[in-house]
Amino acid sequence: MDEIQKNLLEQVAGLHEMPAGAYNIRANGRSTDRVTTAHIDIVTKEDKQGIDIVIKPGTKNESVHIPVVLSQSGLTEMVYNDFYVGDDCDVTIVAGCGIHNSGDSDSRHDGIHTFYIGKNSHVKYVEKHYGSGDGRGSRIMNPETVVEVGENSFMEMETVQIKGVDSTRRSTRAKLADGARLVVTEKLMTHGAQTAETSFHVDLDGKDSSANIISRSVARDDSRQLFLSKINGNSRCKGHSECDGIIMDRAVISAVPEITAADLDAELIHEAAIGKIAGEQLVKLMTLGLTEAEAEAQIVNGFLK
Amino acid sequence: MLELQNLSFQVSDDTARHKEIIKDVSLTFGDHAFIAITGPNGGGKSTLAKLIMGIEQPTSGRILFNGRDITKMNITQRADLGISFAFQQPVRFKGLKVKDLITLAAGSKVKLSGACDYLSKVGLCARDYIGRDVDASLSGGELKRIEIATIIARNTPLSVFDEPEAGIDLWSFNNLIQVFEEMHRESDNSLIIISHQERILNIADEIVVLSEGSVQARGRREDILPDLLKGTESCKFFQ
Repeated sequence: MDEIQKNLLEQVAGLHEMPAGAYNIRANGRSTDRVTTAHIDIVTKEDKQGIDIVIKPGTKNESVHIPVVLSQSGLTEMVYNDFYVGDDCDVTIVAGCGIHNSGDSDSRHDGIHTFYIGKNSHVKYVEKHYGSGDGRGSRIMNPETVVEVGENSFMEMETVQIKGVDSTRRSTRAKLADGARLVVTEKLMTHGAQTAETSFHVDLDGKDSSANIISRSVARDDSRQLFLSKINGNSRCKGHSECDGIIMDRAVISAVPEITAADLDAELIHEAAIGKIAGEQLVKLMTLGLTEAEAEAQIVNGFLK
Repeated sequence: MLELQNLSFQVSDDTARHKEIIKDVSLTFGDHAFIAITGPNGGGKSTLAKLIMGIEQPTSGRILFNGRDITKMNITQRADLGISFAFQQPVRFKGLKVKDLITLAAGSKVKLSGACDYLSKVGLCARDYIGRDVDASLSGGELKRIEIATIIARNTPLSVFDEPEAGIDLWSFNNLIQVFEEMHRESDNSLIIISHQERILNIADEIVVLSEGSVQARGRREDILPDLLKGTESCKFFQ
């Protein structure tokens, strides 16, 4: 692995060296390193690109890292990763994609991650996206996440895309069984002429299931963002979505939340707020000695922290 | 230390009519001053405080700070020179923590224990608050105390407080009085406090009465306060 790939790996997975636990590292279209454990198996798919990650029932306090790095300009790939999480597990899964493009052709990674989570399990899923390189070719990522959360299980999802991705279309679909919970925290920043579309479709099918979708985004320069969220309450359940956006310069953010209650005991809420940085926030930080630019950076960093 | 020379501030309404909020105000404050500015609502007190910090720019007149003309300086430059400002309605932030705000106020040199000391001074249990977001999860009173803690942390030659008592409960209010007394006693810094409260006026060395944008009276506390209190038994006499 070269220095560029190592840097990408550090950005998307926080890895300086090989991680503890199971991992699979995919670089420029092929798996380069893989480690499995007694409880976590990783198997290459035979019919298409991608891997199956099989986590045995009762696996506790283990982690799986499956970062992807692309440093070869013009590479386009479509990868299918399926996660089978057994009953009574407590695991952390760190995915993420880093693209370095210093050439003139577009580099693109499309990934479909499908989670089949058993009963009484807790899955923390962290996904970071990062782009670098000064080539004219675009860095494109289109992640798709499909989740089936089993009875009384809890899926916690954190996604971060702060820098360098020219175009992204992110889709998350989830289906929740009785007593299942889903919490998604999304942090997004776009700049230059970037575009980002993020959509959520959650079916709260199970009794006492709940979902909380929290998106915080900052759009600068001429970038454009679209936030779509659809929560269907099909049972006694609680659903909440929140889109909080800061626009700067000439950027545009659209938020289209949709909630549908199909059960008398479904409680659904959506909130969306988009606006520039409040002038009084800038003034307060300036009275503490920050310049306007420093105050702005402090507010944006805090907002996306 | 601070000199306001013929300061005026006008605003225009929708019909382009000019309204004069501050009218030709001239005031001079010496070093280690403890001034309370009081007067009826709408009399121009908060505007005057904002003019001193640079949040508003005067229509005419000059402001001198330690002999230096700061009239054209922006907020940051005045903050760097040593002026602090406590907002009447403190600002909320999504994602900034109490510790971040105190650290920014004190400069990079503050340690966690130091940040906790500032919070303790305003009657907040530091352990419970230091890691909290400065957002809607804090009550108005909590936010107000954190605001005052940022001013203590800055420890500048001049601190301007815009109605520090607003939104503070009685218990905290006693604490607040002690905070101001301590700030005045333990440093040579100056305090300007905009207030309606008799108990705050009672600890100031000097009182300025501002009404309809003009100075109605100014003098030592013992000369001004008795007149103000005449005809009222309420401690909140200017509503």
